[in-house]
Amino acid sequence: MFKSVREQLGKRSDMIVLVNGVETPAWDGETVASVLLRVPGAGRRSPVSGTPRLPYCQMGVCFECLAIVDGIASTQGCLVPVRPGMRIESQRGPREISR
Amino acid sequence: MSYDVAIVGAGPAGMSAAIRLREFGASVVVIDEQPSPGGQIFRGIERNASSPVFPALGKDYQKGQALAAAFRVSGAEYLPSTQVWQIEDGWNLYLTAEGKAQRIAARAVLLANGAQERPVPFAGWTLPGVMTVGAAQILLKSGGMLPEGKVWIAGAGPLPLLYATQLLNLGGRIAGFLDTSTPPRLSALRRLPGAWRDFGGLLKGLRWLRGIKRSGIIVRGFSDLRAEGNEHLEHLTWEMEGKRHRVEADVLLVHEGVVPRIHETLALGCAHHWNDEQGYLAAKVDRWGESSRKSLFVAGDASGIGGWLAATISGEIAALGIAGRLGISSETDRLRKRAHLDRRRKRALALRPFLDAMYPPPRNRLPDDVIACRCEEVTAGAIRAAARNSPADPSAVKAATRCGMGPCQGRQCGYTVQALLAEVHGLPVSEVRFFHIRPPLKPVTLGEIASLEKADRAT
Repeated sequence: MFKSVREQLGKRSDMIVLVNGVETPAWDGETVASVLLRVPGAGRRSPVSGTPRLPYCQMGVCFECLAIVDGIASTQGCLVPVRPGMRIESQRGPREISR
Repeated sequence: MSYDVAIVGAGPAGMSAAIRLREFGASVVVIDEQPSPGGQIFRGIERNASSPVFPALGKDYQKGQALAAAFRVSGAEYLPSTQVWQIEDGWNLYLTAEGKAQRIAARAVLLANGAQERPVPFAGWTLPGVMTVGAAQILLKSGGMLPEGKVWIAGAGPLPLLYATQLLNLGGRIAGFLDTSTPPRLSALRRLPGAWRDFGGLLKGLRWLRGIKRSGIIVRGFSDLRAEGNEHLEHLTWEMEGKRHRVEADVLLVHEGVVPRIHETLALGCAHHWNDEQGYLAAKVDRWGESSRKSLFVAGDASGIGGWLAATISGEIAALGIAGRLGISSETDRLRKRAHLDRRRKRALALRPFLDAMYPPPRNRLPDDVIACRCEEVTAGAIRAAARNSPADPSAVKAATRCGMGPCQGRQCGYTVQALLAEVHGLPVSEVRFFHIRPPLKPVTLGEIASLEKADRAT
């Protein structure tokens, strides 16, 4: 749905992150929320109806970008820049006590 | 830790206030949710200078570089990636960063936490593929991301035009622009003479519009926009001239103006005023930016939408106000005059009355099947049904429907609930109050609260 300008210019990605266990190229400055928008099916599922959701506001207001980041659930993806090797997992439904 | 001043927000208002207060020698801490300074308007400003997106973001954006650089060397303590979840009298601020909470104390607080895009529900706005124009622009500023496929923009105001221009300059494409603005009303035209003081601003708007016309189609005079698809956005439909139109779409970006962030000032019991033309609440402030609560100041868009330039000036004015309040300076009136702050702010706001009249918030009737509360998935119909059985009070609707009880804490549905209650009870919106906002201002875990005690003992 979104693509890096630099990728379009033929540049190589800055790092690799793991999205649901799959190695995924990522770019300096982008956030977890940005990655969720680039990887099909990576978004969360609503804890109410189970329908798919993707980041909506990118400014910390809407909480649609919640994801499990390095094992911590309900992380607001739009507030967290990517880091090499970061583990991003889709959050399906509500946060579990174990993570 | 204890400071003279705690500033919430490192956007234009927060940064310029911090710089000014440091010139007085005050101890200042600036707390911000983002990993780097700039706020939403100058997001990514420190990193973007060498990015291919930098020229396309335009001159106004580039002006943020000098401000961020001055902020960095100001000597203000800066806490990035940090959320404020509670502010108590005195003042004590409770923060969380990296899963750990801490408490800081300050003699004065400046809320410079800016604005958010006005949430405007419509059918299908929770579908993946639908997001705000501001969100897309942040993706551009932070990671250099461009939307792919058939990209539609629906909305009104300067931001969609600016973003579309930036996108086109970077080789992006727009399938079409669904213009939700209504023809200029008399009230807007009456304000045009004042707006000429910002001739450059007016001209910019016209130039943006011309660029979009050249690149895609512009649709006007439609109603009942719907985003549809299975699991993600596939097409848009709308009603026009008695006919239902349908187009394919991969991305829909929406925008209907911005509104101040009010959760903090509401929770603190500050007096607010209702801006009827733009349909938002903002904390009442005096000529120094002080709210109805002593030594609690508000600057920038958080005290009423004025844009980034006016925000830098109101940040400076609030800094002087705080210096006066804390007895750090007795010359604040003279300094205010000498820096021509009032004249500069007036000029920065010249275009605003015209824009406010040109782009009023949409006031169409919300169909019953549309989700109003994204978090708890409560429809407009369910809210109307609850409203009919209750007094004109959002708390009653909240209790009956769970509307506003999700993680966003009413940031997306608050104004919608207010408007639906007004509609059902036949009242002006201004006579229905907003949700009661209570702490924590952001979700916080028990673990974070527990870490607080340890941190307090250590100091």
